[in-house]
Amino acid sequence: MHKYADTMLPARPAPLQNMHFVQWVQHNLWGSFASAATTVLLVVLLVWSVPPFIEWSVWHAVFATDADQCQAARDLGACWGVVAEKYRLILFGRYPFDDQWRPLLATGALTLLLVVSCRPIHWNRRLALAWIAVWVLFFACMGGGKWFGISTGLSYVPTDQWGGLPLTMMLATLSIVMAFPLAIVVALGRQSDMPAIKSACIVYVELVRGVPLISVLFMASFMLPLLLPTGASPDVLIRVLIGITLFATAYTAEIVRGGLQAIPRGQIEAAHTLGLSYWQTQRLVVLPQALAYVVPSLMNNFIAIFKDTSLVTIVSLYELSGALGLAVSGDPNWRPFKLEAYLFITLIYFSICFAMSRYSLWVEKQVTRQ
Amino acid sequence: MLNWRSQRTRGWIYQIALMGVLIALVAWLLNNTLSNMRMRGIQSGFDFLFDPAGFEIGESMFAFTSTQTYGSAFLVGLFNTLRVSCIAIVVSTIWGTVLGIGRLSTNALARALCYAYTELFRNIPLLLQLLMWYVVLVELMPDADNPKYLLHWVSLSKEGLTLSGFMAENVTLTPEFLALTWGLTLYTSAFVAEVIRSGIQSVPLGQIEAALSIGLSPWQRLRWVVLPQALRLIVPPLTNQYLNAIKNSSLAVAIGYPDLVSISNTSLNQTGRAVECIFIVMAVYLSLSLLIAVAMNYFNRRIAIKER
Repeated sequence: MHKYADTMLPARPAPLQNMHFVQWVQHNLWGSFASAATTVLLVVLLVWSVPPFIEWSVWHAVFATDADQCQAARDLGACWGVVAEKYRLILFGRYPFDDQWRPLLATGALTLLLVVSCRPIHWNRRLALAWIAVWVLFFACMGGGKWFGISTGLSYVPTDQWGGLPLTMMLATLSIVMAFPLAIVVALGRQSDMPAIKSACIVYVELVRGVPLISVLFMASFMLPLLLPTGASPDVLIRVLIGITLFATAYTAEIVRGGLQAIPRGQIEAAHTLGLSYWQTQRLVVLPQALAYVVPSLMNNFIAIFKDTSLVTIVSLYELSGALGLAVSGDPNWRPFKLEAYLFITLIYFSICFAMSRYSLWVEKQVTRQ
Repeated sequence: MLNWRSQRTRGWIYQIALMGVLIALVAWLLNNTLSNMRMRGIQSGFDFLFDPAGFEIGESMFAFTSTQTYGSAFLVGLFNTLRVSCIAIVVSTIWGTVLGIGRLSTNALARALCYAYTELFRNIPLLLQLLMWYVVLVELMPDADNPKYLLHWVSLSKEGLTLSGFMAENVTLTPEFLALTWGLTLYTSAFVAEVIRSGIQSVPLGQIEAALSIGLSPWQRLRWVVLPQALRLIVPPLTNQYLNAIKNSSLAVAIGYPDLVSISNTSLNQTGRAVECIFIVMAVYLSLSLLIAVAMNYFNRRIAIKER
């Protein structure tokens, strides 16, 4: 029989809580031969690529709005002057120059609304009213002219002169807001017991998901005028908005369906036992849980829709990238510095998308905490 | 008899109503289209596919001249689409796997760089990325008579990438093709990386500890424990990314690469047959999607858990 020791062994040292810098490096960068080799390789790569980039974008860059100076520094440094020179054309497209405070005000109001809407604390009746008010303000500000006989006091600006950031934000927000309820209906339809409704929803979702957005946009801009009675075809902006919404609906519906499938059958049976009707069951029992499950995918989907709005430039609506083409391509002085202008709108897109993805992580935490 | 209180009866009424509305809608749209076409004097039908196209195509996998038919132009477009998508899918799978594994590396620098890459490329619209690569290739590169040599037999200029020396004649890849393939690959890789990372992360740590404790080598651990379980979660979303890559290749139209959509666009402008051209594009993409979905489902079934 083995004899056990009757004295306590000394306790093992606690795992390091606050690692010293040297320890951190040893642990994370120099842990094994492979790790050390990777570190060396990546540092070489960074040293090779980062300094030239900083040299180009900062050190030798020209910040003045002087095309000759930019031309002189070509190949050596970036020309940020093109952004300073053209930013109003890039941000607001072909909107009349003297009236550009209007898109600025409209975009500002919309941005404020979206930021405020991010916090669930603000989700009350007042916010709903604010949504209506801001959209009325947005369209009144952008369009101007007369609305149902009431003059807005602003000159009329037709939609083909709208452009840039307001257009991007409007297309993205409106198509997401309109697609979401539609998507819930389609997703519920796909889960339905009724064969005709179910197959109609399946055909719709699979048909739309099978084709690229571009072909949907071409359809909206070339085919919709043929499909509707002569002369009844709406403005190209509305046609494109319909196209993006129908496209976004199919993708969102698939995500919502994923959430619906995660709800155990017993929950629905329990709701039926309590005597809840179909719609009560969905509204009070199924959807709150199903939507909470899919918050991360929904947010990813919204980011994708936001990025997809850049495609409307192909059917000649001048949102950010279209407006940029308009601003720079036609101007021989600044044409060579298109890349810098592209980097500028890339920064805009990246900031918005990155903010959205950070926000989605935050929402995810809120939802799982409940 | 009709009993409004019976769920079945109501179900039938709803369905009949929906079908009625849908049929009426389709009939209305069809009627509008026909009367619009008659009024504008637009001809319809697919007979134009046998007419000579009358336009040249910048690049083609087989010889194409403007005297050939619209049908063969569409075929050129289809092959161009397939060429770009295939390359993008294969390369982004490899590169995305490297990045996805890098996100889980024990090396902090590798982790950080892979994270920065995925966030950067995922959060910029593909269209913008393509336009930027295209500008870099056609405006910032040297002229064709003074190319920049990357390697002894690879040179880059405004005309594209030229490979010389190992075939009878020089092979030139156009800037349009390069920008599209390169941009699409880098973009898709970021998404593939996320899929791979979440797949590997979903394998419970206990499984890996168990593998360690029975003395499996790192390779055996990956081959017999991690991969079989991770792949099950990776394949369905990976399929989606492949389908996205094919659909995204249609952005070619923005930089003038002659893919299916851009050929159909040119044909549409020349013949005015919007319905037919858009129909062809949609039908082709739908069948491609279906084909990939079937193939990946077969693969998925092979790696699924075999329950005995």
